[in-house]
Amino acid sequence: MLRTALYEAHKRLGARLIDFGGWEMPVMYRGINDEHVYTRTASSIFDVSHMGRFIFTGPDAEALLQHVCTRNVGKLKVGRSGYSHVCNERGGILDDVIVSRYEDRWLMVCNAGNRTKIVAHLQRHMQGRNVKMEDTTEKTVMMAVQGPKTMELFTEHLPIKVGEMGRYGFVTGSYMGQKYSVFRSGYTGEDGVEIVLTAATGAMVWDYLTQDGSKDHVAIKPAGLGARDTLRLEAGMPLYGHELNEDVDPISAGCGWCVDLEKDFLGGAALRAIAAEGPRRKMTGLVLEGKRIARQGTKIIAGDSEVGVVTSGTLSPTLGKSIAMGYVDSALSKEGQSLAVEIKDEKVAATAVPLPFYKRQG
Amino acid sequence: MGVPTDRRYLKSHEWHKLDGDICTIGITKFAADELTDITYVSLPKVGKELTAGKPLGEIESVKATSDLYTGVSGVVTEVNSKLGDAPELVNNDSFGEGWLVKVKVSDPAQFEKLMTAQQYDAQLAG
Repeated sequence: MLRTALYEAHKRLGARLIDFGGWEMPVMYRGINDEHVYTRTASSIFDVSHMGRFIFTGPDAEALLQHVCTRNVGKLKVGRSGYSHVCNERGGILDDVIVSRYEDRWLMVCNAGNRTKIVAHLQRHMQGRNVKMEDTTEKTVMMAVQGPKTMELFTEHLPIKVGEMGRYGFVTGSYMGQKYSVFRSGYTGEDGVEIVLTAATGAMVWDYLTQDGSKDHVAIKPAGLGARDTLRLEAGMPLYGHELNEDVDPISAGCGWCVDLEKDFLGGAALRAIAAEGPRRKMTGLVLEGKRIARQGTKIIAGDSEVGVVTSGTLSPTLGKSIAMGYVDSALSKEGQSLAVEIKDEKVAATAVPLPFYKRQG
Repeated sequence: MGVPTDRRYLKSHEWHKLDGDICTIGITKFAADELTDITYVSLPKVGKELTAGKPLGEIESVKATSDLYTGVSGVVTEVNSKLGDAPELVNNDSFGEGWLVKVKVSDPAQFEKLMTAQQYDAQLAG
């Protein structure tokens, strides 16, 4: 199993480690609920170094990314990032990624579990194009600092004016000869940043950021992949392997906003057809009665018929309600629609609700 | 540090404490820690007959849903009603306040066949 440059820090902090996408990653430190609530109210730091990071250079870098991405990345300005899907010819989702445009290069961040597949996919489409791809995943670290207190704390800790960039903006710099990039993005539904820096400096920066709070400010506390999952679920954000896979298209997944049907790209024809016809099933939020959790694979029913399937579910720590995301027949996915889920042999009432379940103030 | 020696255990991490013919059943701290934050406990109704080795209910956490087993047969005389509103009691005090059910055992010999604290600890260590 692969280990990030922050592995020793996780051990020292008493993290429980699990295999995630081939990496030994912290699932929790103090408790999933505790870390979740701390992220919603203060600031948490997550090791997300397992995510794939590819750098593209060369005159055809933009053309390659335009070909494989659903988003019109050509419209990104230097210093801006954008969420996109990468699809196959059928419009099935190979991965969801973030693409960032630098002055002289591009960065793509992909899911850990899809890294090998995406490298092969990109290499196939690089043929005949003047572009170079470098997989920097194991040479760099990536951490996410998320929560309402983050921007204030972060500005205090590091000599970077992060507050001045908007959402999905990023800045780059160099500190003592080590390059870094700081992005105002995340996967929790909170404001915050994601930082990419050299593996050599990762542990030092992690230790610095997680030092104890003082009477003047609260501490940034570590949080694991468990809280990351419940946070993204409350925020209605899809997770590859749950909401997204090769048998699902971005339009059904509720991610049509990251697809530019006007441009020419891989899967474009298939997606134009789906958009014209309307998707058969749609990504839908569900609020369940009671406290039972509907796990991935739970059937969604209306009357006696099966009309969908749950892709993720949890007991929302913020709302105190059992929430789930799933695919439901389009006609039955409207807000307020009464449905049910089948947990074991029990029918549990559920109501369709718009995503996200949680939206931060301000 | 071992588990309490005043009770018996199942491999699947349920503890059993016998007082007269009433057996209290719960899960061990190890199991509660493994499950992480417990969100829901599904327990049988009072009067329900349980069979040794069979599921008595289910426990759900943020991470997973697991069956709960009984090591003794008998009739449920009481369920921990506090768990409805406060399932986290199982996380906070799995050997005490976080107990699950009380069963009037039909065959006390079944209890004697369950793992001792020492055997259970050895299983965890092994």
